Amino acid sequence: MALLKIHEPGETPLPHEDERQIAVGIDLGTTNSVVAISNDETPEVLRDKSGGNAIVPSVVYYGGDTPVVGEAARDHINTDASRVVSSVKRLMGRGLEDVKSVAGTLPYHVEVPEKSETENGEPMMVRLNVGDRVLTPVEVSADILRALRARAEESLDKPVEKAVITVPAYFDDGARTATKDAAKLAGIEVLRLVNEPTAAALAYGLDNGAEGLYAVYDLGGGTFDISLLKMQKGVFQVKATGGDAALGGDDFDHAIAEHLLAERKDGGATDALDASDAKRILKAARTVKESLTDQDSVEVTVELNGAETKHTVTRDAFDAMIAKLVSRTTAITEQVLDDADVLPEDVKGVVLVGGSTRVPAVRKAVADLFEQEPLSDIDPDEVVALGAALQAEALTGGSDNLLLDVTPLSLGLETMGGIVEKVIDRNTPIPVSKAQEFTTYQDGQSAMMIHVVQGEREMVDQCRSLARFVLTGIPSMAAGAARIRVQFNVDADGLLTVSAREETTGTEQEVAVKPTYGINESDMANMLRDSMVNARDDMELRLLTEARVEARRNILAVQAAMDADRDLLTAEDDTSITNAIATLETAMAGEDRDAINDAAEALENASRPFAEARMDSRIRQALAGQNVDEVN
Amino acid sequence: MSNTEHPAHKVCWSCKGPVAASALFCETCNAIQAPGQLDHFTRFGLEKSFAVDVDAMEATYLKQQQMLHPDRFAAKSGREQALSSQQAASLNDAFETLKNPVARAHYMLRQAGHEPEGGEGHTVNDPALLMEAMEMREALDDAQDKTTIDAMIKDTRKQARACEKDLGDALDSQSFDAAKKLATRLRYLVKMTEEARAKKSRLAAA
Repeated sequence: MALLKIHEPGETPLPHEDERQIAVGIDLGTTNSVVAISNDETPEVLRDKSGGNAIVPSVVYYGGDTPVVGEAARDHINTDASRVVSSVKRLMGRGLEDVKSVAGTLPYHVEVPEKSETENGEPMMVRLNVGDRVLTPVEVSADILRALRARAEESLDKPVEKAVITVPAYFDDGARTATKDAAKLAGIEVLRLVNEPTAAALAYGLDNGAEGLYAVYDLGGGTFDISLLKMQKGVFQVKATGGDAALGGDDFDHAIAEHLLAERKDGGATDALDASDAKRILKAARTVKESLTDQDSVEVTVELNGAETKHTVTRDAFDAMIAKLVSRTTAITEQVLDDADVLPEDVKGVVLVGGSTRVPAVRKAVADLFEQEPLSDIDPDEVVALGAALQAEALTGGSDNLLLDVTPLSLGLETMGGIVEKVIDRNTPIPVSKAQEFTTYQDGQSAMMIHVVQGEREMVDQCRSLARFVLTGIPSMAAGAARIRVQFNVDADGLLTVSAREETTGTEQEVAVKPTYGINESDMANMLRDSMVNARDDMELRLLTEARVEARRNILAVQAAMDADRDLLTAEDDTSITNAIATLETAMAGEDRDAINDAAEALENASRPFAEARMDSRIRQALAGQNVDEVN
Repeated sequence: MSNTEHPAHKVCWSCKGPVAASALFCETCNAIQAPGQLDHFTRFGLEKSFAVDVDAMEATYLKQQQMLHPDRFAAKSGREQALSSQQAASLNDAFETLKNPVARAHYMLRQAGHEPEGGEGHTVNDPALLMEAMEMREALDDAQDKTTIDAMIKDTRKQARACEKDLGDALDSQSFDAAKKLATRLRYLVKMTEEARAKKSRLAAA
């Protein structure tokens, strides 16, 4: 019998233990996915029926009516490749421009939308042509999530409707939204999106219960991520992140494959490789790499074009092949440490994530850099899902631990001349709410375009556009008199909402920065790198643009004054001002900032007598008809 | 009529009982409250003074985040989730502002009714400082090795520390004009340190 439940206002009672909804942690990876559950702060991965592998390959086969996910789908790559979709995570939240760059590297046909935007100005989503179906990346991800959910329900023998899902720290707004949408399609309520490195740290942090600074070194199949986290008083704070989205274990395979082919060539073999040959030699290379984790030397036989060759690859030789790749990861790591003003010896522990961290040379490089053995007692393929499961338990059942995440990329607005005004800096703790005031540029301006961008660079066209909307109904005012307050809100999932409001009248418009296409991951890494290298150029460009904007503002002001008080303008001043404006216009068309500033100063000098005449006239007008007492 | 500008109490949205304007939670029903117009120092129980023990403040920050962060409200009502998000955001804002000496100085200046230099329409007008900044920039442009840059970073940090101390004295003695200048100088010094670091890593990467 149902009893009437009474609870204090403001308190939503926690459900009874047996009623509590089960919440799992999901690592939705590019290559592999893992689902885990935590009870009493003890997480465990959920395996298939036979108690075998925890890893579910993120591969979907669209052969029959129902999609097949995982190992079984991967088996179809050799027989029915055109109906197999893999690596779909790379397309999450992407649009037209991003996909052009990756389309050729994916094993299925990506349909690039003809238009980049719908009629409502929303970006078009990418579609995949798979067999006779047309699918969005969100739908494919939803199929993977459904399979993970089914695995969890089967393993736990209970319905599973809630989850914490992990995303790369670099995932931008569009990719995060797409991930949430995929979960919704799969019937999963996302309790929180958590950054992958943060989840990994959580998995270790609880076990070790230690306070201090931790680095999370995540080297997967195709991406590298490094994050710096501070743990204190049960709170995990992300201090800084960095990475390279085009660097991973796949590059190691390529290095070995190239080595094998070079040896064959030295032996006189002439290989013309087709796609299937390339796949086979890469597969052999991968086996070599994996064997070299435990062995000092591996024998491998390569058979291509009917010619069989035998090779011996030693670990030393392998280490030499990948030395450059590994040192790139350590250089990025040093950069991130530097950003956070941290020395390697300040780092108390290093967490390893991703299958590629099994490579001994990688472990050694990390150990050398931090002068300590990295933590590796949790399987690097499972650690992210385990952390996500812990967070899922914390969110549903309460916990003494708390994750404080940061924004991975700066968020800003376009201002005059295409300059980015940063509103929220990279690495700002979330949730965050920040406002900036802007003003109108022209007299009587009634509308203002609000253009939201994400990235580290100074100019709009070098950053990623997230959303545009127009604030209309600004009352007629002189240039610079309107006060337009633009408010940015980033919630705990890292999702952005922007609103704009004209303060003197309360005219308001709001936009949730939705679907959008995100920055593709390599763009993101490149943008970060470029922002360092180009900081100086950007500054020059910005100063030049500012000089132009300022000059334009002066010209408009002088012209408005000339129109208003033509009677005060002598013929002589008229000529010299008009000439000065013409000179300034010419300078503005050029690239020389000093020339613009000089010409602007010349205009100011030329218009001074006129300005003084106006001032005198205003004062006379103001004083007219008033006695001395009133003026004082 | 009572003073309505800064009411000491408001009505709890949940139980409709009275609740202190500065309270994070209702004492009666424990419901989370909307963030009021609390000043940043009061939020952390600090004196309104430039000298801030950042470590102690961080401990308070973390303790409050433990109570206010949206993760603590994942199983609660939508309204409570929204309030928690607002509270956590305003706590983050307070902490980020007070943690950084330049931001802290600007905040204190604005609270005292003085707009800091360098903002919209407030150009920096200190020839000595501009000259100093220009010389530092030229020196950095000329520096081509790690040792030179390291020495510059060390020197700039030392100057920044001294400047921070003077800035604190100026603010605490309400010499706002001097404080404005010092805050601008500190901002330059911090920026130079950042640029020197960036250049160092560019050299290292090349």
